Amino acid sequence: MGRFYGYGSAMKAVVNTPVRGWRDRVFSAAAFFFVAVFVTFVLTLIVTDIFYVDRKAVATILTSKFIRHALWMSIWTSCTTTLIALFFAVPMGYALSRLRFPGQILVDAIVDLPIVFPPLVAGLTLLVFFSQTSPGRWIQEDLGIEFVFQPKGIVLCQFVAAASFAIRSAKTAFDDVDQRYENVALTLGCTQWSSFCRVSLPLARNGIIAGGIVTWARAFGLFGPLMIFVGSFRGRTEVLSTTIFLEQSVGNLEVALAIALLLIFVALIAVTSIRLVGGSSLVKL
Amino acid sequence: MIRTEEISFRIGSFHLQRLSFDIAKGEYFIMLGPPGSGKTIFLECLCGLKKICSGRIYIDGCDVTDLEPRVRGIGYVPQDFALFPHLSVERNIAFGLCIHGYEEAKVTETADLLGIRHLLSRRIGGLSGGEKQRVALARALVLEPKILLLDEPVCALDEVTRQEVCAQLLSIQRRLGLTTVHVSHNLEEAFSVADRAAILNKGILQQQGSLDELLQKPNSEFVARFMRRDKHLLSRRNKPEPREPLNPDKSR
Repeated sequence: MGRFYGYGSAMKAVVNTPVRGWRDRVFSAAAFFFVAVFVTFVLTLIVTDIFYVDRKAVATILTSKFIRHALWMSIWTSCTTTLIALFFAVPMGYALSRLRFPGQILVDAIVDLPIVFPPLVAGLTLLVFFSQTSPGRWIQEDLGIEFVFQPKGIVLCQFVAAASFAIRSAKTAFDDVDQRYENVALTLGCTQWSSFCRVSLPLARNGIIAGGIVTWARAFGLFGPLMIFVGSFRGRTEVLSTTIFLEQSVGNLEVALAIALLLIFVALIAVTSIRLVGGSSLVKL
Repeated sequence: MIRTEEISFRIGSFHLQRLSFDIAKGEYFIMLGPPGSGKTIFLECLCGLKKICSGRIYIDGCDVTDLEPRVRGIGYVPQDFALFPHLSVERNIAFGLCIHGYEEAKVTETADLLGIRHLLSRRIGGLSGGEKQRVALARALVLEPKILLLDEPVCALDEVTRQEVCAQLLSIQRRLGLTTVHVSHNLEEAFSVADRAAILNKGILQQQGSLDELLQKPNSEFVARFMRRDKHLLSRRNKPEPREPLNPDKSR
């Protein structure tokens, strides 16, 4: 996962631009051409949706209490998933970056697995585990912690499908922090814990935030595994992505598109806000 | 003050072999050797950043072999200073004081000692090599360590700044009576600052003694070549400033 650069860095890059000849300008223009093509393509798709949606569909999604509920479910589950993922990602990223242990390559590969396999597999695997195996049934029936077709299952499903992004990003961020900083902190009186809190964590912060953004985005838009593991029950386990599917499957294409636009709008605001927060913290560094 | 008894350390194919030293209190000791000879590893073993395979390390008569770096009372300046980039100069210097819960007034005092008070509000990214070197030194000195370990402290600096910093290092070392271990591959640095020196090659101690001894009575071809490769130095043995006599009992 790449480092997260905010507006502060972008401005610095402009200030630090060297004197350029026409070849350099052509090179920059060529690079920017691809940015322009991609952004224009995505914006065209969104604008097409906007023109297709009618006023009635917008009124429907604004007044429907089920869609409001789905929006709320999408937001709180994805935020909860991101927090839990970061809670795991920070210590795991540090351990994978700093500690050497037997089977490390295998552990690294297992951490990356959910990134590689189709998200649908996460839903299927969870369903089989909780409905067909003794440990799964014990958790559900004896402990009474129910996940299948329950809102809690949404968070679990999102966690399985998205946490790897946060862990991978945190590991890369800690890899980028030179261990000599921690060594110096140890000679200045730090324990390993305080050198982690005062040196490594602040230096890895932007990479961890970047991982959080990707995790949130993946969790917010997750669809396939949720349909399998928790279904899409109105007012209970329905999230925006599954609502879109349900609406278009019964022929309400305008409403489905209006919900898609709502999802895009919320995602855009959230991702931009986090980037702005990350960007200003980067300037403070 | 510092005594190492046959310390050994192995990493991959490199082997630091049974190094034994006695470094007196207030002495400026320099460890010379070509790159890759194990000088940095030796320093890291002294301050506890690397666990030695065998041997013992004593400081002031106490066995510190198994003590954590934070309780050894050693100030350490690594090769390219490792200043914390997320903190200002002032916060870098105050770092150790915060950890120990000491008063931060000492920051200004130490900054004055090194002539970097005007840098306190600056960020690390904008400092020159010489400024970074002084900030790193201030960060190590602010805790009043008994021992100062310097890993190639001036190798990244230009000739003029190098001479200035060497003079400043020596003056501070003498004023504070610090026992100092400095590693370098540069013979000129040794002549500028050291009371005594040792030469290391491929993890093996070749010879130790005063610079004159090493120069006049090298015990191997390697030492002879190492000491005489810069023969012109012999005619330039003018120190940056007059040396005060070494007084091991001088306390801070």
